[in-house]
Amino acid sequence: MEFVFTPEQQMIQDTARQFLDACSNSGHVRDAMTKTTGYDAELWQKICHEMYWQAIHIPEQYGGLGLGCVEMAILFEQMGRRLLCSPYFSTVALATNALLVAGTEAQKQHYLPRIADGSLTATLAYIGHASHGDNNSKDRYHNGWHTDSVTVTALPQFNQHTVITGYTLSGTLHYVPHGHTADLLVIAARLPDSSGEEGVSLFLLPSHLQGVEVQWTPSMDQTRPLAQITLNNVIIPADNVMLQSEYAWPLLEKTLQLACVALAAEQMGGAQQALDLTLEYTKERKQFGRAIASFQAIKHRMADMMLQVESARSAVYYAACIADEALQHHNPAAATDNVSQNDPLSPGNACHSSLDHSLADELPLASSLAKAYCSDAYFHCAAESIQLHGGVGFTWEYDPHLYFKRAKSSETLLGNASFHREKIAQIIL
Amino acid sequence: MKLSFSSEDEQFRQEIATWLQDNLCGKYEPLRFRGGPGDEHMFPEERKRWEQHMAQAGWLCVGWPKEHGGRALSINQQVIFYEEYARAGGPGLAGHIGAGLTGPTLIAFGTEEQKQRFLPGIINGTEYWCQGYSEPSAGSDLANVSTKAVLGTAADGHTQQWRINGQKVWTSLAHESDWCFVIARTEPGSQGHKGLSFLLVPMDQPGIEVRPIEQITGTSEFNEVFFDDAVTDANNIVGQPGDGWKIAMALLGFERGVSTLGQQMAFQNELDEIIRIAKNNGAAEEPTIRQRIADAWMGLRIMRYNSLRMLSGPQDGTLQKEAMIYKLFWTDWHSNLGKLAMDVLGPESEIIEEGQYGLSRLQSMYLFSRSDTIYGGTNEIQRNIIAERALGMPKEPKGAV
Ligand SMILES: Cc1cc2nc3c(=O)[nH]c(=O)nc-3n(C[C@H](O)[C@H](O)[C@H](O)COP(=O)(O)OP(=O)(O)OC[C@H]3O[C@@H](n4cnc5c(N)ncnc54)[C@H](O)[C@@H]3O)c2cc1C
Repeated sequence: MEFVFTPEQQMIQDTARQFLDACSNSGHVRDAMTKTTGYDAELWQKICHEMYWQAIHIPEQYGGLGLGCVEMAILFEQMGRRLLCSPYFSTVALATNALLVAGTEAQKQHYLPRIADGSLTATLAYIGHASHGDNNSKDRYHNGWHTDSVTVTALPQFNQHTVITGYTLSGTLHYVPHGHTADLLVIAARLPDSSGEEGVSLFLLPSHLQGVEVQWTPSMDQTRPLAQITLNNVIIPADNVMLQSEYAWPLLEKTLQLACVALAAEQMGGAQQALDLTLEYTKERKQFGRAIASFQAIKHRMADMMLQVESARSAVYYAACIADEALQHHNPAAATDNVSQNDPLSPGNACHSSLDHSLADELPLASSLAKAYCSDAYFHCAAESIQLHGGVGFTWEYDPHLYFKRAKSSETLLGNASFHREKIAQIIL
Repeated sequence: MKLSFSSEDEQFRQEIATWLQDNLCGKYEPLRFRGGPGDEHMFPEERKRWEQHMAQAGWLCVGWPKEHGGRALSINQQVIFYEEYARAGGPGLAGHIGAGLTGPTLIAFGTEEQKQRFLPGIINGTEYWCQGYSEPSAGSDLANVSTKAVLGTAADGHTQQWRINGQKVWTSLAHESDWCFVIARTEPGSQGHKGLSFLLVPMDQPGIEVRPIEQITGTSEFNEVFFDDAVTDANNIVGQPGDGWKIAMALLGFERGVSTLGQQMAFQNELDEIIRIAKNNGAAEEPTIRQRIADAWMGLRIMRYNSLRMLSGPQDGTLQKEAMIYKLFWTDWHSNLGKLAMDVLGPESEIIEEGQYGLSRLQSMYLFSRSDTIYGGTNEIQRNIIAERALGMPKEPKGAV
């Protein structure tokens, strides 16, 4: 047991920090935010061709760097600190994880090298309901993931031997991160008349296919654009169905759990930066003849922020270690059987013989823990950062609002804290 | 980063688990899950005998160096030891002040003679210690102690000894202890951190009076201790006269560390009990209770992750951020757990189990948890420390009121 960075991991962190300090400062972020693509294409190319971050946890056999989830979390933490605007999260945390978890060998061989060499961006879309509550019978409150979030229909096409040759996809997908620029879409859809976990399938859908309509939906947090995707009878071959065909729900869930770990790392980095910039400001700003940092009311609030940031850090890196185990021991067929839950702290688990395996089984708990804790911590720190800046904290010019907005959108993305606490409750209660 | 333990470590886990299974039974069975904060009044003598039993098999002070009778277990194995001990329901160790505070302090700062005199009593479970820091006017502002000690000649006309006068307060387990380490002012007229010394004082003497203080729980685990010409041998000073503050602070650093994992396992036992009740009485179906139970579970896991980080980090005495937040985190968590326990019980939480005020374990935990945020540096003091030392914010102004 060694819960610290190795020297290599420390180096990855230092390099990422330096790179992003130089390439993703407040000015860069504000530039990228105003573009309809939501990111600076030149910087993305630089990331892909100089840093190879998009290849971080793609196995070497598919042209990746073959590193793990801890290394990936290190990058996400630094990106979160600097509010990096890029399709990194959607491509790596969502789509690449989906390919690693549910891709067939042929699909992995086809797509992973293209992601690894930076020629392809991608995302994942699964939410079939809008939740604006406009008297539209299709509206539905959406928080996290539920089997009934999946509403796009996949109508199988058969040949004369009643073998499935392809599918016709139709329906609308909402709140898709970087969905309007992604080259490749991973889509969750379901067989007609199916419900619950039954009938849920994952598809790989190149976005240029006929009938795919993407539309940018400008959002309050401008650092991570969202899109709406409409599928008008899009026809795709059977080769594009991902693993366990219509039994893909557990694989989708696992993908989302892995993505939660990445998102939590990003949130923790953002919370850290909200703390750091507030600390700097309170040390400089003087009122009543002294730095406002000398007031105990402010010191104590900063101490509480640090407590949350450090705890978030522990939660993230623990979950990242678990995510590594979960990917290493991943078996798509087994994942779709009922996974046994295992809590090492509970009585009766005194002696683990195959510890690694039980660590892998912790993914649902560890990922929900990290996402729940980091969602609350980031929102708290970003809100405190506005308050402790006073009036300037409320301006467009100062940065706290960027963190505050990103905190909120990240909290909502993949389920807020109460969604994840309920997930935990379902396991432990 | 790596979470799994090596196979040697897992073998060790098996060894200690088996030993506990074979030994914590029979006449010791009633001690399981007893003792510890809030329950110190239960079976104090029997628990001391259990500690002596553990000592014979070499299971006390497992992290101490071999030369002092310890097992010199690695950090990982100490983690495992404390986890398995708590998992088996090992009773709260009455010797924890000696084992966790006095011992490490003597190993770090004591003379050879002091080590030979005092360490065996701790490691054998035969001598028990209490901590004489706080005074009526020296709480958070510990440097304000006014208990005095003067070096002089004993009644026999030749031996040198310290003569101590003053009062300590909130002294936990003083009534069960053989020795007390006392911070006293040895330089007349000195103020604040200067002129303090760290003395080792025997409790069984005419100059010391111990008066129990009744707590919020109706029981007494802490005391007032009056020193009225109490004496101790001239050699029973750790460090030099005037080093008291430095040693007192170093000692507080020993409070953190591996034993935190055992504490967490005890918390897990409490949480398990709450979950069991919630499932039985239907509270587990209430959405807000579900949220709070999940939150409590998360907090406990985070505590564990923070500890793993703390224990994996540099062991050179530098205080890492995860160590500085530790007390603030667990104390808030634990007092919330106390409230959660009562809310899960609902109106039944009010009903006294036996006699006039015989609290159940959870009621006692609920009330006792209100002290967690006070003793060992209040949460406000913890926040000051975090802000000043970890975040480099300006120090509190010194009051001249
Ligand atoms: C169960 C229990 C067991 C104990 N066991 C022992 C023991 O074995 N040995 C021992 O020596 N002591 C022991 N103590 C004493 C304990 O360490 C003190 O109670 C503690 O340090 C607080 O001191 P005080 O009670 O004088 O409170 P005070 O210092 O008077 O504090 C009162 C309030 O003021 C706040 N406050 C004080 N100073 C500041 C500041 N600078 N900034 C902001 N807020 C401030 C405090 O946080 C607190 O909320 C024990 C206490 C308890 C409750």
